[in-house]
Amino acid sequence: MNQTSNGGGLSRIRRGLWAMTGVAVVALGAAFLWRAQTPGDLPGPRVTGEAAITNAYTLTDHTGRSVTADDFDGQWQLVFFGFTHCPDICPTTLAYMAQVMDALGPKSAQVTPIFVTVDPARDTRDVMAAYVEAFHPRMVGLTGTEAQIAEAAGNFRVWYERAEDTTAPNGYTMAHSGHIYVMAPDGGFVDVWLEGDAPAETFAENLSALIQATGSSS
Amino acid sequence: MKPIALAVFCAALPTLAAADLSVTDPWARASILASRPGAAYLTLESDIADQLTALETPAAGHVMLHDTVTDTNGVSRMNHIEALDLTPGTPVTFAPGGMHLMLMDLTGKLEEGSTFPLTLTFENAGEITVEVPVLSVTATGPGNAE
Repeated sequence: MNQTSNGGGLSRIRRGLWAMTGVAVVALGAAFLWRAQTPGDLPGPRVTGEAAITNAYTLTDHTGRSVTADDFDGQWQLVFFGFTHCPDICPTTLAYMAQVMDALGPKSAQVTPIFVTVDPARDTRDVMAAYVEAFHPRMVGLTGTEAQIAEAAGNFRVWYERAEDTTAPNGYTMAHSGHIYVMAPDGGFVDVWLEGDAPAETFAENLSALIQATGSSS
Repeated sequence: MKPIALAVFCAALPTLAAADLSVTDPWARASILASRPGAAYLTLESDIADQLTALETPAAGHVMLHDTVTDTNGVSRMNHIEALDLTPGTPVTFAPGGMHLMLMDLTGKLEEGSTFPLTLTFENAGEITVEVPVLSVTATGPGNAE
């Protein structure tokens, strides 16, 4: 009896140790990846061991309404940061998100595609409205003050910078990370995609399976 | 057999003669606001070494060659290319997420269903003008109007 319960205790400890090792490895890996991803000259947000990506912001949507991330609770969210002076990758990614929505069929009712500008100086509410409406009727465009955008991007670990370019309109362009963030109905981070990783249909199938498995709280 | 082979050869002759440089599958994405730059894509292939030196269209104030470079961290930047070298037998395909022609100072919105002429100037091949169809804002390729 003693022997058995001791054995059980030991294996539980062993399992516990392995679990802790696993957590440590994942945390270290995440910290390493994050460091590798953060350009050195930026005061990158610190990783504390919690989920690195936080769905948090206070911004203005394309209808002029002040919104926070909580306003989209109950919906799956596809979040993309870009800007409207970007002629290639941004419309391509927004078109991709629209294709994902179409491929989702009826399930798209549980998904909100969100386009957040990293260029709020030029991407006003009106500009965002024209933009998102051109891509998908359910797409939401978000803009705000420079500080609000910086906060939102920081929470999503999105990196962007203004790059001076005399040949660009107004003398600058933006470099930015082109990820699509998949956020769950509870606001939690689920996944990150790049347009070009897979066809829109594949993205939609994956998302559809997630929706099926988890359901939506709304 | 021989007359057939000869016929095929003759039929192919005009293509061979004119095929020093080909510009195929041009298309542009419809623009949402005329105040924003547009993008156009095409494929270039040359039988001899050549260089694309200038681009011009009445649809835009000026046209720039850009390469979107997305690094391993997913950060995208645009690189401006002054002149594009063409290597014989190696087609250069402009496509979303890669090389594109940036149409600056649009003279008007690029309306889906319309076309505009685009003149490409090459060091050896000289000027070639193609008609660029404007596809949907959600188009992702030349054959895809969706």
